[in-house]
Amino acid sequence: MANKPKLATVSLAGCFGCHMSVLDIDDRILELIELVEFDRSPINDIKEIKGRCAVGIVEGGCCNEENVHVLKHFREHCDVLISTGDCATMGGIPALRNTIPLQECLEEAYLKGPTVYNPRGKLPNDPEIPLLLDKVYPCHEVVKMDYHLPGCPPSADTLWQALVALLTGKPIALPYELIKYD
Amino acid sequence: MTDNASVSRQICGNFANDKGRLMDILLGVQAQAGCVAPEALDEIAKSLSMSRVEVESAATFYAFFSGAPRGRFVIRLCNDIIDQLHGMDRIVAAFRAELGIEFGQTTPDGLFSLEYTPCIGMSDQAPALLINSTVVTKVSTDMVHEIVQTLRVSKNLEQLKLTLGDGNNSHPLVRSMVNNNLRERGAVVFAPYTPGVALQRALSEQPVELIRIVKASRLRGRGGAGFPTGMKWEFTRAAAGERKFIVCNADEGEPGTFKDRVILTEAPGLMFEGMTIAGYAIGASEGIVYLRGEYAYLLPYLEDVLAKRRAAGLLGRDILGKSGFKFDIRIQLGAGAYVCGEETALLSSCEGKAGNPKTRPPFPAQKGYLDMPTVINNVETHCAAARIVENGPTWFTSMGTKSSSGTKVFSVSGDCSRPGVYEIPFGITVEELLTHVGASDTIAVQVGGASGRMIGPSEFNRPFCFDHLATGGSVMVFGKGRDLLAISHAFMDFFVEESCGYCTPCRAGTRLLQERLGRFLTGQAESADLDYLEKTGKTVKTASRCGLGQTAANPILGTLQSFRPEYERRIKTNGSVFLPSFDPRKAVAVASSIAGRESEQFGTQKGGVKQ
Repeated sequence: MANKPKLATVSLAGCFGCHMSVLDIDDRILELIELVEFDRSPINDIKEIKGRCAVGIVEGGCCNEENVHVLKHFREHCDVLISTGDCATMGGIPALRNTIPLQECLEEAYLKGPTVYNPRGKLPNDPEIPLLLDKVYPCHEVVKMDYHLPGCPPSADTLWQALVALLTGKPIALPYELIKYD
Repeated sequence: MTDNASVSRQICGNFANDKGRLMDILLGVQAQAGCVAPEALDEIAKSLSMSRVEVESAATFYAFFSGAPRGRFVIRLCNDIIDQLHGMDRIVAAFRAELGIEFGQTTPDGLFSLEYTPCIGMSDQAPALLINSTVVTKVSTDMVHEIVQTLRVSKNLEQLKLTLGDGNNSHPLVRSMVNNNLRERGAVVFAPYTPGVALQRALSEQPVELIRIVKASRLRGRGGAGFPTGMKWEFTRAAAGERKFIVCNADEGEPGTFKDRVILTEAPGLMFEGMTIAGYAIGASEGIVYLRGEYAYLLPYLEDVLAKRRAAGLLGRDILGKSGFKFDIRIQLGAGAYVCGEETALLSSCEGKAGNPKTRPPFPAQKGYLDMPTVINNVETHCAAARIVENGPTWFTSMGTKSSSGTKVFSVSGDCSRPGVYEIPFGITVEELLTHVGASDTIAVQVGGASGRMIGPSEFNRPFCFDHLATGGSVMVFGKGRDLLAISHAFMDFFVEESCGYCTPCRAGTRLLQERLGRFLTGQAESADLDYLEKTGKTVKTASRCGLGQTAANPILGTLQSFRPEYERRIKTNGSVFLPSFDPRKAVAVASSIAGRESEQFGTQKGGVKQ
């Protein structure tokens, strides 16, 4: 099938847990590839979006300049962007640092922490390392996001329902069991 | 320094270790010891047989109590929107320069503390401030210099040469520079008053007949909500309870409201008389006036009025010779909490607790003060009830409109030549009122304070009454050149500050709304923000627990309705993929300076964005 819509996925400041949840759809992934063609995604290890994508799944918020760059790239190349999981929708665990000034965070992590061994007393500063942002931003505070799927991670069924509904143009069915978190 | 613990023990003793009087005990400790220190909390808890955390929750709730000593002179500058528009910034700068400290700090010599406070009920004579409980109005930068110099040398508030205000403001027990600015007296509240006439008339009737009279007058609550007073009295009379109470809400904290201050200054007898009549009507023998802490300067005077009424047989036992009818009134002073104007929060505060609203139902008519049936009415309502009994319901219904009989006392402030208090029959249109107050080129009127609504010229033909523009009395006038969204933002600041924090929709919602509205002021808004404000505003309105939260979104929901173009013209469309509120260069600036290198992606704040 030549004209299958394309799907891109990425993990920004996330833990790849949401991507693991995508894999948890198990053999339904075979049905999924009937519906879509995967563009950039950690699943196929394609590093750059090649063509226009119908859907972009974004895991994680933005903690550094590279995250911002990638998110911008996704926004430019995807018709629909979905914030997937609590880090993308709210900043999640990485955003715990938001109440602490960046300088203090770096010092605690690399200089003063009780388990730190850093005899040269320097902060990592290779030009290859992207600069951190002043705080961790949920995706919708950086670019427009079309949908939000909460959960840590959203369950495989939740992701499946959302994707199939979007790709087949049918109304989404998210029963209570899929969106309760206790 | 006075010892906090021994002072606390002694004050608790003065109130017979009654935990219901915790507010007065805390006020006493704060006044005598300069703060309510941790040792004081321990001691009070022990004396009153309460848990420490109960005492602490009350002590930390109110703005006027402090855990650590503040300056001998605590200067609280009102930062209400009207004050902001009347040169508050210059006063702020003058105080900083004179004292060399920021707001929120105390001078090293322990003499002065600077603080901000929301509306202190002086909007018609802004900018205004409190020094301890002394009010200073129409503050100028020269006065700031004068005040600081005088207090620094004399260390005595009495030495401030403040000109005395009009009317009873110059009464020996008041001696305040506050002015009444009572521009128009009506037939109800500010008409000549002879003590005892209405009460005499009331005592000649059966209590149920009094309720019938008040119902026939169609009197509705003057605090803003407009509940029929007669019905409230009837419910309370019918409710079962060993004791019943009459409470007067004199906690007008709604920004731009100050009419109760003028009533308390010029017609307190009428108000007390209305309370006494209500007591007779419902079978109560105890009354409480909850006086906002900002009006503490009126306390000695009001106590004196009460003493004189007792001496004249208008309070106490066998009032006016009516055997078996006893009624007395105590004044409960507040301590700086807007939410206490909400009736159930006010009752919590009277009971000596933190001013948290209670869940309704049960309504105060069933379970109010100390869980006993309680009538709680506004200052103005008590006055009107007394007059209705004196002059009859037909006299009252001949004024005003069908739904809103009688007169209304308005507090008018802002851009007009005659700000002040006006008692006018209900039904007057906004336009007419603007003429009375000398306002021209008016672009908006805020009706009902921060929790009310902002209306534009297209609605100026609407009348003030419960069917159209209901108001507790606050009318703020904004003239040409004022930024209406900045004004709404100031109202949101107020709600963020005053939310008690009990429920999430109000605690978090007010903050979210304030932040999002701020984007319109800083040019960071996008069109989706309009939708966001609308949705979040509705959530705050529907899901909040008490009246404060339910009205906290009004500054935004109201302006979205009446002044949408004000929002729309500020929406930014820059063609960027990023939201206008996100600036990548700003976001990496800190890391860039720590690392000492430019952002690979976005350059520096000075440089252009690399693509």
